[in-house]
Amino acid sequence: VGCAQDGGHVISLGGRSLGGRSLGGRSLGGRSLGGHSLGGHSLGGHSLGSDPPDHRQLERVLAARLDAPARRWLEQARGEVARAPGAIATIFPAVARAVGRGPLDPGARAGDVHAWTLDAAARTLLLVALGPAAGGELTLLYRHGDAAERCAILRALAFLSVEDTVGVPLVEDALRTNDLYLIAASLGPYAFARLDDAALAQAVLKCVFVGVPLSGLTGLDERATPELAGALARYAQERVAAGREVPGEIWPLIDRFQPAPELVAIEAELTRPELDRRRAAQSALAGRAVVGARRGS
Amino acid sequence: VRIFDPHVHMTSRTTDDYEAMAAAGIEALVEPAFWLGQPRTSLGSFVDYFDALLGWERFRAGQFGIRHHCTMGLNPKEANDEPLAREVLDVLPRYLAKDRVVAVGEIGFDAMTRAEERAFVAQLELAAAHDLPVLVHTPHRDKLVGTMRSLELVAASPLVPSRVLIDHNNELTFERVLASGCWCGFTIYPDTKMDEARFVRIVEGHGLERLLVNSAADWGRSDPLKVPKTAAALRAAGFPERDVARLVWDHPVAFFGQSGRLELDDCAPEPDRAATFAGSSILRGVRPR
Repeated sequence: VGCAQDGGHVISLGGRSLGGRSLGGRSLGGRSLGGHSLGGHSLGGHSLGSDPPDHRQLERVLAARLDAPARRWLEQARGEVARAPGAIATIFPAVARAVGRGPLDPGARAGDVHAWTLDAAARTLLLVALGPAAGGELTLLYRHGDAAERCAILRALAFLSVEDTVGVPLVEDALRTNDLYLIAASLGPYAFARLDDAALAQAVLKCVFVGVPLSGLTGLDERATPELAGALARYAQERVAAGREVPGEIWPLIDRFQPAPELVAIEAELTRPELDRRRAAQSALAGRAVVGARRGS
Repeated sequence: VRIFDPHVHMTSRTTDDYEAMAAAGIEALVEPAFWLGQPRTSLGSFVDYFDALLGWERFRAGQFGIRHHCTMGLNPKEANDEPLAREVLDVLPRYLAKDRVVAVGEIGFDAMTRAEERAFVAQLELAAAHDLPVLVHTPHRDKLVGTMRSLELVAASPLVPSRVLIDHNNELTFERVLASGCWCGFTIYPDTKMDEARFVRIVEGHGLERLLVNSAADWGRSDPLKVPKTAAALRAAGFPERDVARLVWDHPVAFFGQSGRLELDDCAPEPDRAATFAGSSILRGVRPR
């Protein structure tokens, strides 16, 4: 779910399709930009190049969720920042009061760190409206932004034409925090197109450590590497040796590359003298089998 | 009754204070931006302070079921460092636009300098531009003169007096403030400014119209429970419950509600103690997850 099948834009909001409408496979304006989804962050290893994705689908989804006064406010605000880019300094923080803070997808699960919000969508459209001025405003908006504003900036990056020297440091800053929402927002198609394998592996490990579900990182399958699999397996080994649970979602990434020494070490935990370690190993490997069976079926 | 402390500097207080405040019935507060007991030397210190008022401190208060709001402004003391003051005033509009910023403040006079007056006037204009009420600090020294000059500047500004709160009043100043149409704040301190008994006497003589009472508790000797203690003193003096509620809840809600940014219904009755702000929790030793 959340992946574009044939190069069209798919707006996937936390793994759900919108209102039963299938948007998959439709390409916009004849441009094919590679798998790209809003919620599922699928970019599938394609490079964005210099041509950012279209924001019009986001615009339509948001418009359907706003009442008339909020739509008018947003229209006006977009016009204003297009005319006078500096106005975004005080319009950007005020967005949530005008359009709300709720999920863009009314059916989104509460606490879903990957789900788009109304304010993030509206803020993205404001940044798009800045046009070429976006690069000049972004750093200060982020510096003075609260967590919601920063999430919106990170999500908007994929829609903007800004220099990597502006956008990438923001992604790197978000990945240094322990804020689940910032980390999730930073790992969209923009980051997937720019982070190298080592940086992406660190980011994925961070997700596992702090509890950002990997299921929201839909470009991940294509970016998995033996190094990432090894690091995740060592994490699993560490957890088992400490007698702790291993999150099931890491197994598909590990099992794609089957890092032998780590897997052998985890299996060896089954015969440890310490009861908690044996139990943790049993539980972890049972979780691996369950996930494997689900993937296989 | 529900209690609202309209002026308290929680950044300087401990979690024990939050616990005691919640137990005493305080459900909401406004934390005005002020100085820190010693002057800041760079814009970055101001910006980090502003960010903390919007972020970590709001989170801390929420952990005790208390709704946190703040005012943003350049305080009179630090207005005297003019090169730095200009930088702060330049960045201030970004912060005046934030959620839960319910006024411009504390602004006003400390030593009645020209620099203080310039920052005061500039921020009255910012308040009008951002459609926000104003919280005015009145000086410790020569309070009457400072208050009168503050009222003159307010009268000359684009703001209507009902959107201005003049704070830290005493027996010499409050009638003039009320006559101006501004709201009139009283800070109840352990020794200075005003105490509960003097405040009760004022209410007995003049009624409650446009009065607010606060603790202004900060990093100095002060008491974050002064609002509930004042409520108790009013009850002991025979004031009915509805008068107490009007003073300690309705008035702050009416004044700061003019911002349109009070959020009084978003706190869970039982705060989630495992919650984190940017991954940090107020717990010690125990991992939140």
